[in-house]
Amino acid sequence: MGAETVALEVRDLHKSFGSMEVLKGVSLTAREGDVISMLGSSGSGKSTFLRCINLLEIPNAGEVRVGGELIRMRPKNGRQEPADRRQVDRIRASLGMVFQQFNLWSHMTVLGNVMEAPVHVLKHPRAEAEARAREILEKVGLGDRMDYYPSHLSGGQQQRAAIARALAMEPKVMLFDEPTSALDPELVGEVLRVIRELADEGRTMIVVTHEVGFAREVSSNVIFLHEGMIEEEGPPAEVFTRQKSERFRQFLASNL
Amino acid sequence: MDFQIIVDSFPKLLEGMALTIEITGLALIMGFALAVPLALLRLSPNPLVWPPVYAFVLFFRGTPLLVQIFLVYYGAGQFRPLLQEYGLWAYFREAYFCAVLTLTLNTAAYTTEIFRGAIQAVPHGEVEAARACGMSGWLLNRRIVLPKALRLALPAYSNEVVFLFQSTSLVSIITLMDLTGVARVIVARSFDVYEIYITAGLMYLAVTYGILGIFRQVEFRLSGHTRERPDGDATADPLKPFG
Repeated sequence: MGAETVALEVRDLHKSFGSMEVLKGVSLTAREGDVISMLGSSGSGKSTFLRCINLLEIPNAGEVRVGGELIRMRPKNGRQEPADRRQVDRIRASLGMVFQQFNLWSHMTVLGNVMEAPVHVLKHPRAEAEARAREILEKVGLGDRMDYYPSHLSGGQQQRAAIARALAMEPKVMLFDEPTSALDPELVGEVLRVIRELADEGRTMIVVTHEVGFAREVSSNVIFLHEGMIEEEGPPAEVFTRQKSERFRQFLASNL
Repeated sequence: MDFQIIVDSFPKLLEGMALTIEITGLALIMGFALAVPLALLRLSPNPLVWPPVYAFVLFFRGTPLLVQIFLVYYGAGQFRPLLQEYGLWAYFREAYFCAVLTLTLNTAAYTTEIFRGAIQAVPHGEVEAARACGMSGWLLNRRIVLPKALRLALPAYSNEVVFLFQSTSLVSIITLMDLTGVARVIVARSFDVYEIYITAGLMYLAVTYGILGIFRQVEFRLSGHTRERPDGDATADPLKPFG
């Protein structure tokens, strides 16, 4: 794995909702194997940033490159929109997204959820996809829950199933949008454990989180967002010991 | 009560019922096939696409079915030259064709509205998760939105099926010999009003009961995710907080 290969590059991302400017020029570079944690109080724009990467929100300006490929945009009514919907689908398929609210497909079993996109988006043969899905579900500790429906699982199990669903796409980059924020405190650990394992495997991940301890231990880089701008950035050993920003200091004080 | 007349006329009534079921079935299948795309078009943001669907639904829901049947069956005559020009007159002069056409459009309108509501009720997060996996367009609709929406629509749709089945009795007015049509003829000849109409009514009831049974089965098969988990371990079931 070439440590210098850039997996994801975001340049000068801007996003407004109405007159409210949520992101005021945020950039990020993730090399292969990087784990970048994004911290920030609610309203700082960190979730919006993550959702702009796979275009669940359309940024008003800025560039996103996945594996070196620029997502092409074109102007429309003073804003911009994706120039090629197919490219967007293809890029999305190469980015595994894990949501705060899991968002598993409730009418499918856990196994069905994990097989769905590999079979229907990547067009993998069903048998192959199923074998792979079972393997991944074993790995996240859901080997005995494959035939359950999401509603029959605990929050922690649902989130691990959602991680398995994202993993099954063999994504270039995993995007985690506050993966433990909807969980009961005693269930947070099992999900963080799985994410940590993925980090140890060398997966490239962007993790939006409130878990400061987790960010400190697992990340290769930490970004602290405040009001749509990067306030503090660097390897955890640096940013957690010598905070340049007073706001980051306050944030850490109230989140530890 | 003259039971003999019931026994004697039963075969004729059964024939009528066969036509009733045939018309219901045809209208249902075609109405359903129309309603799925119409519901998707109805939800299009394109101002050239959704208003016609909206108008179609409004017309068929806003006017009595009997008026619609009259419009198509008697109204077609006014356009006879035009219809002849396009070779359609052969169809529109047949009561059977007019009945099936009207019922199809009518149920399509109601079903469109049912599906529209169901599609909008599909949890946004699940749609977003599908998009994040690279699904869009028809694939997204086929794999996630519609399967979910059809499950949500099932109870309301079973109502529509029963309504349509009962509504077919109106086609007897434009000369079709459905169950009601047959019953009317027998009553007109024998004056055994109660015997015949009660028998006909019970036959409608029996078939309705069958329809509801089918829907119960389908709903049960498609609703595993809303039931208790397979091992019945209620204490570990997040759906049962007080279990």
